[in-house]
Amino acid sequence: MSASSRDLHAQPLTQLAAGLSRGDFSALELTQALLARIERHNGSLNAFVTVTVDEALAAAKRADADRAAGKGGVLNGLPIVHKDIFCTRDVLTTCGSRMLENFVSPYDATVVERLADAGAIMLGKSNMDEFAMGSSSETSYFGPVRNPWDTERSPGGSSGGSSAAVAARLVPAATGTDTGGSIRQPAALTGTTGLKPTYGRVSRYGMIAFASSLDQAGVITRSAGDAALLLGVMAGFDERDSTSVDRPVPDYVAGLAGSLKGVRVGVVRQHFDAGLDEHCAAAVREALAVLESQGAILTEVDLPNLDLSVPTYYVVAPAECSSNLSRFDGVRFGHRADDPEDLMDLYCRSRGEGFGAEVKRRIMTGTYVLSAGYYDAYYLKAQQVRQLISDDFRHAFADVDVIAGPTAPTPAFKLGDKTDDPVTMYLNDIYTIGANLAGLPGISVPCGFVDGLPVGLHLVGPHFAEESLLCCAHQYQQLTDWHEQCPGDYR
Amino acid sequence: MPTTLHKVACIICAHASQGGALRPNTPDLPVSLDKVQVQHIAALARLRVADDEIAETVDKLSRIVDFVAQLSQAATDDVVPMAHPLNQVQRPRPDRITESNDRDRIQSNAPAISDGFYLVPKVLE
Repeated sequence: MSASSRDLHAQPLTQLAAGLSRGDFSALELTQALLARIERHNGSLNAFVTVTVDEALAAAKRADADRAAGKGGVLNGLPIVHKDIFCTRDVLTTCGSRMLENFVSPYDATVVERLADAGAIMLGKSNMDEFAMGSSSETSYFGPVRNPWDTERSPGGSSGGSSAAVAARLVPAATGTDTGGSIRQPAALTGTTGLKPTYGRVSRYGMIAFASSLDQAGVITRSAGDAALLLGVMAGFDERDSTSVDRPVPDYVAGLAGSLKGVRVGVVRQHFDAGLDEHCAAAVREALAVLESQGAILTEVDLPNLDLSVPTYYVVAPAECSSNLSRFDGVRFGHRADDPEDLMDLYCRSRGEGFGAEVKRRIMTGTYVLSAGYYDAYYLKAQQVRQLISDDFRHAFADVDVIAGPTAPTPAFKLGDKTDDPVTMYLNDIYTIGANLAGLPGISVPCGFVDGLPVGLHLVGPHFAEESLLCCAHQYQQLTDWHEQCPGDYR
Repeated sequence: MPTTLHKVACIICAHASQGGALRPNTPDLPVSLDKVQVQHIAALARLRVADDEIAETVDKLSRIVDFVAQLSQAATDDVVPMAHPLNQVQRPRPDRITESNDRDRIQSNAPAISDGFYLVPKVLE
């Protein structure tokens, strides 16, 4: 191993890309270095469900051959990990569930395919809350993920394997999915950068569905610049996803060069109400001052229905999940109970055994709110409140370009702390859920520490404003080094 | 011992005779659920909830239902329900074959197959 490759894990994606193109190290060296790191550190984090050693080494050799032949895409040789919700051809795809413990996908998700076509090398599949239902990565059938900043604590969820792996420098970037905050909250809790694009910006094809009107794929990276690089490859129309949006994909990397001068930043009055940890609030206010110092104009805005966003979500998302997860019937794929007495017994026991407690609660909540006599009172009502919440954002974006605030109410919490009461866990997503209900893009960037634990600054923009969001985040990261901090045990 | 269809049906019947398992209760939404209601919901969702899981399921589902019931306080007269973030319409696609038959590959994930068919317990007597 050359001198320069010893610290490869410390380099963010953009830097690795430059090193590969200069020939400082090969894709194979890089892959081997990170696989060794995963081998060494994953035991303490449980960030991976599967490490795809053979596939990664073969892909790295192909990437090096392509480069030598003057070929290869924009991500040629760059390592990535996929959340285990993305279908990966011929590789185990579990969604963190016993239900799919042995499921080997016959096809690739569009996100996986596009990243691979651009030359990215998959090192494995990251652990997650079962079917992405959770905010702590504790509901995984494969055990909880641990936060590299304090292994007694959660790395957030549901994309907690992705956030922990990136934070611990096991991999420079990972995909994630965000239905109510599942990219942004784990990014905040691990000191990483997490981008959830606009609904429809990135294809959902091959991404195991949780709540189809809310789900969106994105990335967890070390910086906004790295996120811009990946989004440019992932975004764009896909005819295999009926809600994919057909509009041009801007050059997100070129867009990073903009300025904060004159950018109108909305500060939500309700964000700093009771519920937000005072030290987190201080870190966020300091970040706002940094934006202001560069010419951004801070303006107070109202999101009057913010408090209703979590209860609205916990009607809409479970309703959609109860429908989506009806496909797991123990017949065509997935877990099947032994010795069924009849078909109904086969369904009920296969699903009862295959799903964990939180997934079952969500399916039942959804079944209840959609059941005869309750549909109007819960589901229709929630859809109406969803409209109000979406209108609140529309009104706010009449006056501001971006909304800035906290990503999560507290820093990383201890494993087991919030598992007794599901509602306590749900409230962790109070600041992120609104963007999903309204379909808006959001990004979390590290903005400080409280008692040695990272805090996230959350930026939300209007539909398809990823370019300006990434620019704001990148400009902020040019002025701060919170995103460059690395947990002590993983340097 | 598994909950059979018969048992589930009996639970539904028993509860229906008490005045309906899921009696609509508006505008005051229920703030808790009982064991019989939860078993009925589980049956609708085709989920077996094991006996030792029932008490916890009742407790936690009740907390969730209680929590979301606060939506009833929101003023939503004349608000058009929002089903989708971008108000998209479904796009038709050309009626042409795009996928080949990949049956063997797909069925390699099936728990039980025979001659290309999925096997299930006997449905017709």
